[in-house]
Amino acid sequence: MPHPWIPNSSPEIKKRMMEFLGISDIMELLSDVPSNLILHEPPAVGRGRVLSEYEVVREMRRLASKNRVFKDPPPFIGGGVCYHYVPSLVKALASRAEFYTAYTPYQAEIAQGLLQAIFEYQSLMAELYGVDIVNASMYNGSTAAAEAVRMAVRVKRRRNRVLVAATVHPEVKEVIRTWVWGIGIKIEEFGDVSKGKVSAENLKAKIGDDVAGVYIENPNFFGAIEDELRAIIEVAHEKGALAIVNADPILLGVLEAPGKLGADIVVGDAQPLGLGLNYGGPSAGIFGIKYDRVLLRQLPGRLIGATRTEDGKDLGFAMVLQTREQHIKRERATSNITTNSGLMAVMAAFYVSLLGATGLRKIGEAIAGRTAYALRRLKEAGIEAPALRAHFLKQFPVRVGGDAEAVIKEALAHGVHVGPPLSRFFRNMRGECLVCVTEAHTREDIERLAEVLSQVGGGE
Amino acid sequence: MVFRQAKWGEKIILEYPSGKPTFVIDEEFISMGREYLSTLPRDTVRKEPPNIPDISEVEVARHFTRLSQMAYGVDTGPVPLGSCTMKYNPKVNEEVASWEEFATIHPYQDEETVQGVLQIIYELQKWLADLTGMDVCTIHPPAGAAGEFAGALMIKKYLIDKGFENKDEMIVPESAHGTNPASAVMAGFRVVKVPADEAGDTDLEAIKAVAGERTAGIMLTNPSTLGLFESRILEIADTIHSVNGLLYYDGANLNGILGIVRPGDMGFDVVHLNLHKTFSTPHGGGGPGGGVLCAKGALKDYIPVPLVDYDGRKYYLNYDIPRTIGRITWFYGNVIPAVKAFMYILALGPAIREVAEIAVLNTNYLMKKLVGLPGVDLIYGKGRWRKHEVVISFDRLHKETGVSAEDVAKALLDRGFHAPTIYFPLIVPEAHMIELTESEPIEMIDAIAEAYREVVKKAYEAPEELKKTPMNTAVGRLDLMLANHPRTVSPTYKLMKERLLGGEPGK
Ligand SMILES: Cc1ncc(COP(=O)(O)O)c(C=O)c1O
Repeated sequence: MPHPWIPNSSPEIKKRMMEFLGISDIMELLSDVPSNLILHEPPAVGRGRVLSEYEVVREMRRLASKNRVFKDPPPFIGGGVCYHYVPSLVKALASRAEFYTAYTPYQAEIAQGLLQAIFEYQSLMAELYGVDIVNASMYNGSTAAAEAVRMAVRVKRRRNRVLVAATVHPEVKEVIRTWVWGIGIKIEEFGDVSKGKVSAENLKAKIGDDVAGVYIENPNFFGAIEDELRAIIEVAHEKGALAIVNADPILLGVLEAPGKLGADIVVGDAQPLGLGLNYGGPSAGIFGIKYDRVLLRQLPGRLIGATRTEDGKDLGFAMVLQTREQHIKRERATSNITTNSGLMAVMAAFYVSLLGATGLRKIGEAIAGRTAYALRRLKEAGIEAPALRAHFLKQFPVRVGGDAEAVIKEALAHGVHVGPPLSRFFRNMRGECLVCVTEAHTREDIERLAEVLSQVGGGE
Repeated sequence: MVFRQAKWGEKIILEYPSGKPTFVIDEEFISMGREYLSTLPRDTVRKEPPNIPDISEVEVARHFTRLSQMAYGVDTGPVPLGSCTMKYNPKVNEEVASWEEFATIHPYQDEETVQGVLQIIYELQKWLADLTGMDVCTIHPPAGAAGEFAGALMIKKYLIDKGFENKDEMIVPESAHGTNPASAVMAGFRVVKVPADEAGDTDLEAIKAVAGERTAGIMLTNPSTLGLFESRILEIADTIHSVNGLLYYDGANLNGILGIVRPGDMGFDVVHLNLHKTFSTPHGGGGPGGGVLCAKGALKDYIPVPLVDYDGRKYYLNYDIPRTIGRITWFYGNVIPAVKAFMYILALGPAIREVAEIAVLNTNYLMKKLVGLPGVDLIYGKGRWRKHEVVISFDRLHKETGVSAEDVAKALLDRGFHAPTIYFPLIVPEAHMIELTESEPIEMIDAIAEAYREVVKKAYEAPEELKKTPMNTAVGRLDLMLANHPRTVSPTYKLMKERLLGGEPGK
């Protein structure tokens, strides 16, 4: 069946190639496959025939129309990712085919531009997070967190317990548990979600000499700032544990860099940096460390480094320290990761380059201003916001009353989408949900949010 | 072929002079934001701005466009990296997947508002189950390796449920992709290696010798990384099943058998696929990928949650998988690649089998052109047809001329071709692992063969010239000692200034 994506599928070319091989049927090339395994009917996939491009597009339009895009106002949904604006330049550069149709840069000399772009991603993220080294990316923030937990146990060899703040994203907790289950690392929580944040005292109550690492997010799942972060890191260090801090990169123009607060491993999800929502994936996982030989040896993932050409004339870039990776070390590798999130990582580099230090500070301030304004307007509209006691940034919980799940649906009918309902994760938070505001929400959007939330649901 | 890659002396972005106006952020809430931030505990706010220059949009556009001109992808020319299935990425898939209806929907949107994307995922999963002969598939794992890890966990949990806590060994062929042993260990297994026999098949006697009470399973790629179909696959399956072990199928590259043979029919219990290989989604210079995990029989109950499902009326996220291993990632996997893979299958329909047939035809056509060359050998499975890829060895060339597989690869770059995968699989000395996919036209395959012929000829005539390649790429060969030396290794700009350029060892 000839097809333009398969140039040699034309009958004449096929014949010519078969003649060269001395065969009369392509299936002769599969003669070593047990004949009872060969399918006689082509599989019933697609629509049973070859479709033209316009037929495909038509079908996709039909399916796309069953997805609702919240444009006016954009979604106020939080829970790990929020709606942020994606600058056109980021999209334009990401559609450069030399980038997106490339493989991992295994042949450095022909891939210098890609290698430099990834090196720049690593360098920009290191500046943002206040660390020395950032790898070429993990899949997303959740798997970066899980890899960090596993790394802590490799670094602290005889310790087998990791403490996770209760205020961490519930799905990240689940991911961590899955990733350590097979090797028997014990995961325990410290603190209490009803407080909105965790404290150094909470950690002290749980930590011991068997703890390899402490994992915490800032802002946490609820959007609350973990204001005892420095003290928490100190408690971890006093007991010889590594401190792993997950931070939202878009807020690091205004919030202290986790590396500066003493974190040993920093992680994050690059989604806010111009990657879009993508129904949750793909994104890119940020993974960084301070320079330390022991940490570096246990670092998972690919790493691009600067070097010189053999003749010493040019600066150049290459994959480095590959002896940590699966293709060299196999069963002794620090991780199995190979395909990562290359294109998303360089998109994050485009974004951060476009904003610069000034733009990053301003976008943080713009989000902080909207957070303050949204909290005020919601309160004025008689809604309990925030529903927990802490300082919030970008996201916060609100008490919408009654059954949050039902209230969210009602608001949605008015074009305002908040969420997720916290009851989905915490049994005793039936009437609460998250709200997220970003640079992309206008004053009118926030007023509409307050208006709709005060109309729907309500009442205990 | 004439080829000169662009060479721009582009500064590192952090070296650009700062002080230009940057991307506009509206002022409306800035002062309110500053005020709000001033009420936060002092410890929590940033004191020193990150060392990131303020650059104009024009400069950013130009910088990265220039960098892109020093990169090379499938749209530039052939990328015959074996095991990577670098086929053409249809443009219509890129365009449609970037529509707001896919790119701008939130993972916690109400299910009623995302029925389109859920239907796409659901149908894709069904098609993939059909193509693999498995009962259920999920797009949950973000890439192939994540699928392997999840699959290994499923096997472990299933065996524990069956009372086989003692089964802690995973059999992995020496020719396997490095992710296989790495994934098995991540799931808590011990790896037991088995060699290949002369014909290139996994040594059945060796499998029989190690299979036993402690065998949890075997991880196999079929066709193998040598491009050979394991002709005794059914016996392997019987051997493993007879000791209550399970069969894991690494289906990253299904390209040689798509629509012709199915892992489910070969006896496999768990399968992973890579949408970013067989199903045409772009590799993005390293990712993102799109992993798929499939299971059969009792293993169905162990797949990660959530599974996109259909209740006869609407599509939904099913968290009710009785013995699930849990989540491998937050949300639902890499959805955008899934949309592209859906479109690929939608467009091809029954022509999907043509993909495999032509990929196999291309491989063997090139193999026949290469095996006669001086210094070139097939180490395993001489006289056998290959499937999605072929591995040739330059061991003899290396011994006779001093020209290595790497030198040959660099000489190919100079002729405008990306090189194949080199030095893999590890069991083949001086290896080139070549995978053309169905995308390369016959003239391009002839040109690749001709380039190999020229290079090999040159190796016998003037080997020292090949040591100087590449010269037509943006830079010549790199100093990898310097790149990796503990005193100079510089994986960020900050360390580069201190170490590579400063000559100062780190603290
Ligand atoms: C045979 C094989 N198995 C597994 C993988 C791993 O897949 P991924 O890179 O998506 O993690 C690859 C590709 O890298 C592969 O070629």
